Amino acid sequence: MKNASWIVLVGAGAFLALLGAALGQDQLFRVHMGILTVVLLGSTAVLLRTAKFAPAGGAAATESQYFDNVVRYGAVATVAWGIVGFLVGVVVAAQLAWPQLNIEPWFNFGRMRPLHTSAVIFAFGGNALLATSFYVVQRTCRARLFGGDLAWFVFWGYQLFIVMAATGYLLGGSAGREYAEPEWYVDLWLTVVWVAYLLVFLGTLMKRKEPHIYVANWFYLAFIVTIAMLHVVNNLAMPVSFLGSKSYSLFAGVQDALTQWWYGHNAVGFFLTAGFLGMMYYFVPKQAGRPVYSYRLSIIHFWALIFLYIWAGPHHLHYTALPDWAQTLGMVFSIMLWMPSWGGMINGLMTLSGAWDKLRTDPILRMMVIAVAFYGMSTFEGPMMSIKAVNSLSHYTDWTIGHVHSGALGWVGMISFGAVYFLVPKLWGRQRLYSLRMVNWHFWLATLGIVVYAAVMWVAGIQQGLMWREYNDQGFLVYSFAESVAAMHPYYVLRTLGGLLYLVGGLIMAFNIYMTIRGKLRDEIAMGEEAPQPVAAPAE
Amino acid sequence: MAEDKKDIDAVSGVETTGHEWDGIKELNNPLPRWWLWTFYATIVWTIGYTIAYPAWPGITGATAGVLGWTSRGQHAQEMEAARAEQAVYLTRIEDADVNTIAADPELVQFAVAGGSSAYKVYCVQCHGSGAAGGEGYPNLNDDDWIWGGTLDDIQYTLMHGIRHEADFDTRFNDMPAYGRDQILDRDQVSDVAWYVRQISGQEHDEAAAERGAETFEIECSACHGVDGEGVPELGGPRLNDAIWLYGGSHAQIVAQINNPQQGVMPAWGERLGETTVKQLAVYVHQLGGGQ
Repeated sequence: MKNASWIVLVGAGAFLALLGAALGQDQLFRVHMGILTVVLLGSTAVLLRTAKFAPAGGAAATESQYFDNVVRYGAVATVAWGIVGFLVGVVVAAQLAWPQLNIEPWFNFGRMRPLHTSAVIFAFGGNALLATSFYVVQRTCRARLFGGDLAWFVFWGYQLFIVMAATGYLLGGSAGREYAEPEWYVDLWLTVVWVAYLLVFLGTLMKRKEPHIYVANWFYLAFIVTIAMLHVVNNLAMPVSFLGSKSYSLFAGVQDALTQWWYGHNAVGFFLTAGFLGMMYYFVPKQAGRPVYSYRLSIIHFWALIFLYIWAGPHHLHYTALPDWAQTLGMVFSIMLWMPSWGGMINGLMTLSGAWDKLRTDPILRMMVIAVAFYGMSTFEGPMMSIKAVNSLSHYTDWTIGHVHSGALGWVGMISFGAVYFLVPKLWGRQRLYSLRMVNWHFWLATLGIVVYAAVMWVAGIQQGLMWREYNDQGFLVYSFAESVAAMHPYYVLRTLGGLLYLVGGLIMAFNIYMTIRGKLRDEIAMGEEAPQPVAAPAE
Repeated sequence: MAEDKKDIDAVSGVETTGHEWDGIKELNNPLPRWWLWTFYATIVWTIGYTIAYPAWPGITGATAGVLGWTSRGQHAQEMEAARAEQAVYLTRIEDADVNTIAADPELVQFAVAGGSSAYKVYCVQCHGSGAAGGEGYPNLNDDDWIWGGTLDDIQYTLMHGIRHEADFDTRFNDMPAYGRDQILDRDQVSDVAWYVRQISGQEHDEAAAERGAETFEIECSACHGVDGEGVPELGGPRLNDAIWLYGGSHAQIVAQINNPQQGVMPAWGERLGETTVKQLAVYVHQLGGGQ
């Protein structure tokens, strides 16, 4: 019987979760385990309904076919979680502009903020990476995914992680580590899923039929391996009770802060940079129909990036209790990181040489190019902000938020949208997308949204920084902190607007993808061709 | 790949590496020169910077850097420089009493700037950014002073706080809870409230106010004054004006008589030091209502 072992495993998991819900030491743990029980029971029911009671192996896919069903699910999950993440982002932006929108206790800013960051980074970005890495590794290795149903386990296990993380935040649970807020039991689960992910990916690489490993796979592998290491070390903690939600970090004081930022910065470096560079190295040459610009550059910038990134974390702790020498190293490694980061931008942009004309008619390629442009901009801005003199102005201000979003919305978001638009027609065997003109709308809405967001946060952040350090003739501070908060209101309103534009673009994408999957084609004039103009009346 | 079978990209004329993955080839372009030299430049700069500043860790410590710079050192230096710049004024303020300070225009200018800066950090939370107060938090712009509005009074209030029990010298009083402790019955409380409305020039029930006048004289006048003009020495608020800490409607006055709210203000002397408190006193005093 197909699925038999999965049904038993998930059913047993549901039973254990039920025990946890009954015996939990605190309210949060009991409720959280209750949610887990419901989710797992639902999954068991779905598995039972889809179970085939025929002997296994009958109509199973052969080894010669690519395993694309999990990629299809991943593409849909990327779009769906993307909408959730953008929506929560707009809500938290609005909460900052209008604090009355904080609805206690579940929907206050403190709980919604990690929900937003986790939803966009791990749910949206993570699913994009899962789906594209599974797609790319199969094509560039000419091999079916290793491990059979293990890829399904990775996909569904990862979704379970997202649901447990998100519900945990809203219920008030947090490990108190930025971008790693899930509590210890959710972390353990992610570790299991991640090891399975590594197995699937490595196994596929090992059984490849190509003599060499394509550059995209180097980046994906670096991302998977390093995230495993970062996740495990950063989340080392001792639970108060094995039936309770609370745990305490193994580290304390400045060591704890440094571990946190070693993780936090490299989550940016290996999740949001290396992983998405892997995506870029496959989808940009495919969409442009051109060879990668320079093999040598890809090797040098890969190893330089991997080696340098991991040391840059201390630049998040300038002028703190962290020893001066560690701050110095964090800063100089960030400066040295500038060119290795730009290597990816050069390779991405120069791959278009000989195909720049396609930008006029191909909004998908345009999306990928603007992604690379934003990548270049934020990887210049990052090293610049790591310089202590700049950091003393920018640190703790909204400039940092703007920097993160020009990278996240511009680079991560746009390259993922491009990949999704590339993948969906191919995965579902459609002739083309439902509408290319809608992709164009999405492109402009998202780009405008990012520009508004980033520009507003630059102004806001620099103004904040200047207000905090403004002294009068007598040597007294001119502004109180509260005055700088009040001064941010118009910027926060505009920022919400920028986010809203981005969200609307995302909704257009969701509709376009939905229609494409349904097999519809919008009757529209091709991009680059204008509607026929009525013949002008002859002049006098 | 054999030398004679070089794979040349037709568009750019550049040789490829000869590999192909799912239709993707790679050109064998060299590293862009500007890229490489900029990369080298950042590495050279790094070497120089890490010689100049604390950088490389060893077993027992890290290299200190030839410039001898430390962030603690820089902080101490900046603080010292800031203090040195203000030193002339600060020592004069330290040595003088508030009234002397207020008589010296130069010192007033400095004290108001310093007081304003401290006010924005420590006082706005209760008294508001414009010092206009709010319900339960006195307005500092008017001439209604619960504990007195001279420079000395304000300085004392700032130093020791109000009902701040950790300070032995704190300003303290305790209005009886006439209703809760059944000192007055319900009608008497209502009548006194009407009387308070009368002396503060508001609409009132004439007969009830007349009945309340007698109770007021017996129970209230000791602290609030015979005509409700207030007794700052005891912290008894003035009642015959239009300024209300807890509201001036009949219901609000009744509530305050029945079960009085007693505000608390921290003693700032220990926290901020006398010099800052003096500056704050001068600042608050010149807001408009100082006596």
